[in-house]
Amino acid sequence: MKVLMLGWEFPPFISGGLGTVCHALTHVLTELGTEVLFVLPKVYGEKEHHDKLELLGANEVLLTKKTRRFKKNVSEKTLTVLEVDSFLEPYQTELSYDQKVTKYTEKLDVLKELQEDITLGRFEFSGGYGKNLIHEVARYALIGVVLARNEAFDVIHAHDWMTFPAAVEAKKISGKPLICHVHATEFDRTGDNPNHEIARIEKYGLEEADRIIAVSQRTKDALIHKYGIDEKKIFVVYNAVSKEKQIEREHIKRNLKEKIVLFMGRITLQKGPDYFVEAARLVLEKMDNVRFVMAGVGDMFNRLVERVAQCRMQKNFHFTGFLHGREVEEMFAMSDIYVMPSVSEPFGLTPFEAMLYHVPAIISKQSGVAEVFENAVKVDFWDIQKLADSIIDILTDKEKAERMVREGGKELDKISWNLAGKKIIDHYHQMVGS
Amino acid sequence: MISVCFYFQVHQPFRLRQDYNFFKIGEDRDYEDARLNREIVRKVAEKCYLPTNALMLDLIRRFNGEFKISYSISGVALEQFELFAPDVLQTFRELVDTGCVELINETYYHSLSFLFSKTEFKAQVEAHREKLKYLFGYTPKTFRNTELIYNNDLAREIEKMGYDAILAEGADQILGWRSPNYVYLPTPAYKLKLLLKNYRLSDDMAFRFSDRNWLDFPLDSEKYARWMHAVAGNGEVINLFMDYETFGEHQWADTGIFDFMNHLPAAILRHPDFCFKTPSEIAATHQPLAKIDCPYFVSWADLERDTTAWLGNSMQDSAAEYLYSLEEEMRATGDINLIHTWRKLQTSDHFYYMCTKWFSDGDVHKYFNPYPTPHSAYVTYVNVLNDMSECLKRRRG
Repeated sequence: MKVLMLGWEFPPFISGGLGTVCHALTHVLTELGTEVLFVLPKVYGEKEHHDKLELLGANEVLLTKKTRRFKKNVSEKTLTVLEVDSFLEPYQTELSYDQKVTKYTEKLDVLKELQEDITLGRFEFSGGYGKNLIHEVARYALIGVVLARNEAFDVIHAHDWMTFPAAVEAKKISGKPLICHVHATEFDRTGDNPNHEIARIEKYGLEEADRIIAVSQRTKDALIHKYGIDEKKIFVVYNAVSKEKQIEREHIKRNLKEKIVLFMGRITLQKGPDYFVEAARLVLEKMDNVRFVMAGVGDMFNRLVERVAQCRMQKNFHFTGFLHGREVEEMFAMSDIYVMPSVSEPFGLTPFEAMLYHVPAIISKQSGVAEVFENAVKVDFWDIQKLADSIIDILTDKEKAERMVREGGKELDKISWNLAGKKIIDHYHQMVGS
Repeated sequence: MISVCFYFQVHQPFRLRQDYNFFKIGEDRDYEDARLNREIVRKVAEKCYLPTNALMLDLIRRFNGEFKISYSISGVALEQFELFAPDVLQTFRELVDTGCVELINETYYHSLSFLFSKTEFKAQVEAHREKLKYLFGYTPKTFRNTELIYNNDLAREIEKMGYDAILAEGADQILGWRSPNYVYLPTPAYKLKLLLKNYRLSDDMAFRFSDRNWLDFPLDSEKYARWMHAVAGNGEVINLFMDYETFGEHQWADTGIFDFMNHLPAAILRHPDFCFKTPSEIAATHQPLAKIDCPYFVSWADLERDTTAWLGNSMQDSAAEYLYSLEEEMRATGDINLIHTWRKLQTSDHFYYMCTKWFSDGDVHKYFNPYPTPHSAYVTYVNVLNDMSECLKRRRG
């Protein structure tokens, strides 16, 4: 079994959870004997290589004069979906405010521009989510065509909308089955204010897919209700969590004696950081031997810093900025509660990550992980009173906190990428009819 | 006789380490970016302090006692000169030794303490006094508060503390139709002389000098002296108050600012009715023309000439509240090192960095802000305060 896997992120190049998940999944698939050709826009640093895995950057794929012509190579339907005329900005990052300021609105004739934009017989890719994202998605589609002609594989596996046009092209040329893996929908990313061009591309890929893997029931429901996709071809496969860690809770040095309640993630609308701040305010009205920590960056950072100042929480609320590798582990290991108040979270790995460091979690009901994580406290993201009460409850009820860690730990033991990998391999086999 | 009074402000804050993050709270007592502070002090020393001091010394000698100036050098600046620039300190000593230089008293820490704590304020004024005595053998008679922040209460306090004169901004909101070119009496005072900055003439030099869009660009010493001579007949003093860093730092050497200053005293003294005096000399020789009432705070900052550069947004206010909430416990420790560290956090610059007034329009003020945003300035500052607070908690046991 050989899989042509199309992705957008892969370590060390990751900007969200997608790269981490793709990495873990690819590894377990190859361990289970599946060959994977993993294609992403651009490979950074040293290429990971072993006999079952080949990592390929789309910027390395050679194009002839003939293959670089869109109209000759890409199917009519895909072309129509890709023809957009507005500036795209699908991810809210800390840069997005500045980007918005300098945002240009002139129409882009994507395809015409791309035709000329080639050096040494290769397309350039940045591989990020910048303002040329739609260009890169279109170029990537053409790479899909070339790969389908030159490579041998049994099934195509595509991660999120950026890779869908390429995947559809590869399917059309190779005749091999396509499995689309949805880690987040446009509706999750934007708090239900989708960019219509992205939604159109996403929908198109899903319609053309033979099977769809959704990371949660919540995501599956969204695909059915927002895009009208046939539910019979959507299957839920939950993410697992990588259990590698360098730091143990017992060994971490704690400088502060107060309990620590942690938010870690992008400080953007989707993640609900503002609800965390408001809940902190309510908790601090009742107790003061607690500190709240917000780790991460994002376009709501300044606003929330001002809000914390306005509420005079400066003695109990801290911002760490972006944390790297070991700091992330330290932060988890120092914490007493992890809060994930996401407004919309297709899955949400972090509560399980927190559990690795024996940190009980409070998570929003609007997350995919809430479907499987029994021993987390679940609240509606908007219910700041309930969130505050739950924080106080766990901080003051030692037994409860210990129980959550003990039982949650057992759940964690049962979750493995191995199981998720096996399920996916079953789908491959069913699709190719072997 | 019309007295021209130059007062130059010399100040450098102890800037904080921007990597002072959450993980360092309760762990790391080293708050300052010693390398950056040394770098800046050295840079400004080379560009401004050393060449300007040399120029001033030369002018004083050339004019045989007729050219006089005054300085207020904050305690934290003096301390950094001791650490990083003893050569600067040496040239200031030479200047003071000429007898043509007055040193003005301020709060050692260039702080906003008068707005928060009279006890703290007095302690810091005293500390600065001691420092001037120790370094220069000098006893000051004139006072100016941080950034010329001033009101009636301050005047009353300063008179009680025995000073002859106080400096303030000649702000429109307190002067109204009146001219800054006279000596005034603060409403609650009996004999304290109030010297008000002539902000038009001062800012022509300090801000507009190199502005190519200014109608009077380029400014030369003859033209400037002409404007000053025009005061003859309707004024008694011309108070030119500005940052010393105007020379070589705000106005770079290539703008011709040094050359301008070099020729200015001669141009001014060409008029027989003009002379140079220091603030305490003016206080001794001029009588106040009228009372000035100033119930609200004024300062020399921004167009607003109020305290909104340092206080008023939620970050500045919460940080200041936190800072001064530690006061009593801090003093009770009696630990001079700890108190000194805490007081250095009172330096007004820390609050200036959190100012959001000009952040959106990329104002020149950003030039003086080592932080990328006011918000990151706040986060760093509050982390440091949290650590100070931890220190106190641990002492309590």
